[in-house]
Amino acid sequence: MRVPPKYAQVLAVALLGAATLLTLVVLVFIIVFVLTKGLPTVNAAFLFTVPRDMGRSGGILPTLIGTVLLPLLALVIALPLGVGTAVYLTEYTRESRVTRMLSFGADCLAGIPSIIFGLFGFIFFVVMLHMGWCLLAGGLTLAIMILPTIIRTSEEAIRAVPNAYREVSFSLGATRWETVLKVVLPNALPGIVTGIMLGIARCIGETAAVIFTAGSSLRMPTSVFDSVRTMSVHFYILAREGISSENAYGTAAVLVISVLAVNLVAYGLMHRFISRRTR
Amino acid sequence: MTTQTLDAIISIRNLDLHYGQFQALKSVPLDVRTRKITALIGPSGCGKSTLLRCLNRMNDLIPGCRVAGKVLFEGRDIYASGEDVCLLRKRVGMVFQRPNPFPLSIRENVVFGLRVAGVRERARLDTIVERSLTAAWLWDQLKDRLDEPALGLPLDQQQRLCVARLLAVEPEVILMDEPCSALDPIATARIEELMIELKKRYTIAIVTHNMQQAARISDFSGYMLLGEMVEFGPTAGVFTSPKDKRTQDYVSGRYG
Repeated sequence: MRVPPKYAQVLAVALLGAATLLTLVVLVFIIVFVLTKGLPTVNAAFLFTVPRDMGRSGGILPTLIGTVLLPLLALVIALPLGVGTAVYLTEYTRESRVTRMLSFGADCLAGIPSIIFGLFGFIFFVVMLHMGWCLLAGGLTLAIMILPTIIRTSEEAIRAVPNAYREVSFSLGATRWETVLKVVLPNALPGIVTGIMLGIARCIGETAAVIFTAGSSLRMPTSVFDSVRTMSVHFYILAREGISSENAYGTAAVLVISVLAVNLVAYGLMHRFISRRTR
Repeated sequence: MTTQTLDAIISIRNLDLHYGQFQALKSVPLDVRTRKITALIGPSGCGKSTLLRCLNRMNDLIPGCRVAGKVLFEGRDIYASGEDVCLLRKRVGMVFQRPNPFPLSIRENVVFGLRVAGVRERARLDTIVERSLTAAWLWDQLKDRLDEPALGLPLDQQQRLCVARLLAVEPEVILMDEPCSALDPIATARIEELMIELKKRYTIAIVTHNMQQAARISDFSGYMLLGEMVEFGPTAGVFTSPKDKRTQDYVSGRYG
């Protein structure tokens, strides 16, 4: 039996709208839940003092710093490698079986559970290279973890830059490298930033790979060879060991807010860049 | 066909070009004379754009494209090994079929080639912006709007902005690949007038589908068909007393 088009249309709109609404409700519920349970704990003292008694009391300052440093280090390592690889694959090689295999490989790597990267980082950096649990081992491991995402999103963004732009640039006597710098990368920037944001978000939210490689020390890190604990790990440990559910939710609230802040700042910067360029 | 003339800035003899197995140009000759407009006409797929793109080696970017034969630019074979392609393209610039300004401001579009070349001095850039836009007849309309986005301009101003962007790198030859095909007749007329003005200082080669356009503005015309140069000579001759039957059929509008 065929549904008359008019009703099918109404039904489609209703179903699509319901799906959207449900998604939004779940999202808002999670955020409101975490914030209402966590925000009462959050104040200046919570943010800017060191934890005492395993985190049962005191603040979260070292984990806040760990959450900033670890993704930052991972990004500093992964960004040049990832964007460089993407530029090489798109601008300097013709699409062939090899480049398609590399892209496919990156897609597969992007889907591997993070614990596998954690295990690799533990065996290779922590044990074989004698780094021990530290910021550097964690940063390298997370860099490897987010590399496929950054390569693939950058690659897509670069491929989406109209070929006409490249043609004009070449026709004005620019070399391929000058074209990459002046035309391709600026126009691919929004897509590349999306990849960066996904990467940062994955790093901030990561627990397993971080515990395996950066450890979970609550001391303030003074060098890249010190162990750190990120907020995600702190939350995990506080909740799992039943140390303090107030402080766990407080940490979670700060985590949610910082992810939001990172996104807002990144989009703000990107829009300023775009409007300055096109103005 | 024609003997080598002394005032030809670009001279081609027996140029063959293959895209993979397909032969797009068959032993084609061409002379582009200094400070004249040379038009290439012919039906779609005849190879006229391909030939034009050989003059600044834009075909190099197409995978599977092979060129055999000589393209002499001021007596030097531009396809010889060791030739600087970037320098060649600065001297032999190109205006494309669709107006293609970058998503930048009007000013940044004009100075793009200079920025790539590393020119930083504000005063020099400003001078070149004014000179280039003036030469493309845009200065009076746009001088107070230099920081507005180029993509907000009407199409014919965008196309003339592309001309200005090219003039900023001071080419000697301007190649135009159907520069008016995206424009309406009034905008087309303005571009044609501009070309006649530019002819005083630059050599122009244009590919066009529009036979009236070729007849109106060009000094020399070449009629191409299926990868061959059927006839080449002064435009008046090609259009009024073509020597080849196929040219006659085409210019009289029997097909094409």
